[in-house]
Amino acid sequence: MSGRTKLNYGTAMLAAFEYLLERYPEVFVIGQGLWSPWYVGNSMTDLDKKFGKARVIDTPVAESACTGAAVGAALAGMRPIVVHPRIDFMLYAMDAVVNQAAKWSHMTGGQAHPGLTIRAIINRGGEQGAQHSQALHAWFAHVPGLRVVMPSTVADARDLLIAATLSPDPVLFFDDRWLYDLEDELPPVVELDLAAQRPKVLREGKDLTIVASGWATRLALSAADELATRGTSAEVIDLRVLNPFYPEAVVKSVERTGKLLVVDGGWSSCGMAAEVIASVAEHARVGALKAAPARVTLPDAPAPTSRVLEKIYYPTVAMVVERAAALAAAGRA
Amino acid sequence: MTSLTLGTLTDPERHREPVDTTGTSDADLERYLSSMLLIRHAEQCLAAGRKDGLIGGPVHLGVGQEAVAVGVSAELRSTDRVFGAHRSHSHVLGLGSDVRALFAEILGKETGLSRGMGGSMHLWDGPRGFYGSVPIVAGTVPIAVGAAMAAKMQGTTDIGVAYLGDGALEEGVVHESLNLARVVDAPVLFVVENNLFASHMHISLRQPTDATARFAAANNIPFAIVDGNDVVAVRKATAELVARSRAGGGPGFLEAVTYRWYGHVDWREDIDVGVDRSASTLADWRRRDPVRRLVAGMDAAGKKGSERLAALDKEIGERVANAWKQAVADPYPEAAALMDRVYHPSGAQR
Repeated sequence: MSGRTKLNYGTAMLAAFEYLLERYPEVFVIGQGLWSPWYVGNSMTDLDKKFGKARVIDTPVAESACTGAAVGAALAGMRPIVVHPRIDFMLYAMDAVVNQAAKWSHMTGGQAHPGLTIRAIINRGGEQGAQHSQALHAWFAHVPGLRVVMPSTVADARDLLIAATLSPDPVLFFDDRWLYDLEDELPPVVELDLAAQRPKVLREGKDLTIVASGWATRLALSAADELATRGTSAEVIDLRVLNPFYPEAVVKSVERTGKLLVVDGGWSSCGMAAEVIASVAEHARVGALKAAPARVTLPDAPAPTSRVLEKIYYPTVAMVVERAAALAAAGRA
Repeated sequence: MTSLTLGTLTDPERHREPVDTTGTSDADLERYLSSMLLIRHAEQCLAAGRKDGLIGGPVHLGVGQEAVAVGVSAELRSTDRVFGAHRSHSHVLGLGSDVRALFAEILGKETGLSRGMGGSMHLWDGPRGFYGSVPIVAGTVPIAVGAAMAAKMQGTTDIGVAYLGDGALEEGVVHESLNLARVVDAPVLFVVENNLFASHMHISLRQPTDATARFAAANNIPFAIVDGNDVVAVRKATAELVARSRAGGGPGFLEAVTYRWYGHVDWREDIDVGVDRSASTLADWRRRDPVRRLVAGMDAAGKKGSERLAALDKEIGERVANAWKQAVADPYPEAAALMDRVYHPSGAQR
């Protein structure tokens, strides 16, 4: 395994930050909590000490101005990464993201491109409740002009963060704290073109297709392991990039398996799972679907605080296994 | 407790005196006059174009406010990073943008400043340092701070400039931006064109006092309050603030008190649509005309203002009319522009 480094999802992002700050003088990082890394787990440890507080900027409590400032710095040729330790607080910055960053290329006739990356962290569980736990990736995937990235693997945590930062377009990078301890051994960095990234088949199977992204992909993979012991072969596709969404790999898979289950860590209504199912319904060969598609998502309720309610709030591997097994069995004589 | 106020600067019966041209070169005076006249003719042309329906979208005209952009622009260079808002025709023309390209933009033409994709409210002229305008009130204020932060990181002495109106000071993000700019010492100039109105609402109905510079004071940002209808005064105040920012002094804040002759949007005067916007107040403000006061100042100094006005009026009027004709004849964007410009051209789009 020469040349491979053992990392986890959190330290993989740290490796990405180090890679970018070492090689690209136009990269800087701005956000709340950057000089106090407990905000962001192990993903930014000592960056300020290594690269200086002028390039790793902890900020006033001002999500809106800081995100807007990153848009401006990007328009002026820098490659900023804005860190929002919780998406919920980032909602103060919606103008900068949706009205400004997403629109500038189009409304200037393709002459100005705010190539900033916004790292939005999903912070589930821990009895934190409704305003500390949201997964709003689908909102941003709705907006033309934004690229939305949601890595589920250690490799993607590193390499897609680098690709996002080097992309000339505004990118929302969603990472999930429930993934930070996931481990892998990675080869050296290869710079990827973000615009060329597509959904990836992480596990091949023939009985049904399970599509997911981010943390939900881990549920899907664990469920596929369990299903295999019961004789059901599930194909798992990791979306990786939610916007622009390229459904081809999913469509191709479903045309082969005939069954589609989407697992998503967001809400159901108008969510990413809905978009995946709609895309398959539109593009798959007529008759390819042998059973009604299904989705496993959060219930359409805010995150609770009480541990009893929290336990039934988040999807589990068992839930995915149950839905997948039912779907695999559907239509069998 | 004494609070900052604009004093007599909001009184249209005051400050009608000729502009004091002492110490201003003939070349600068000529430049100010021709630049203000270009803006005025261009906006009057747009008012007519909107009225007769050739312009399909809203135009926010700043006739009466020309001295602000002209005075500020005189201190800027093409590597500075200037941002505007919904009323930004004067900001681009003040920086020297091509009037035909401005017209073409407003008419939705491929030859426009934003290649026909932005219209009046989304202007862009990067090569002249105009990084963009948007109609979301205060939307570009933090963006200008960030562009200024970049100028500093890039080791330049360039600055960011945020043009905003008095209404923008009621948006929370402006206060975040002032605070941030001070804390990180961003070389940015906030230029408040205080025309006393946000749409139809007079500032007395929106803010407890009329001087928005109180927020600069609250953030330890050096500021100046000037008569925005005196181009020489605007330039002088700008010069001092800009020099401090370029030398590493962080942000500056200029409040220029002025008045728009048209209503909030399009060609109508909106008399009595808002509070304190009567025909007589408007007539009083027209007598505080920044162009006439500059001409009077030049006359008083023996610099033939009236003669120059007559000559430039004719010359610029013809130039603007020709630019309009050309822009009207210019081509629209190809249909492909709708999808091709969503992302950077290097990235494939489905």
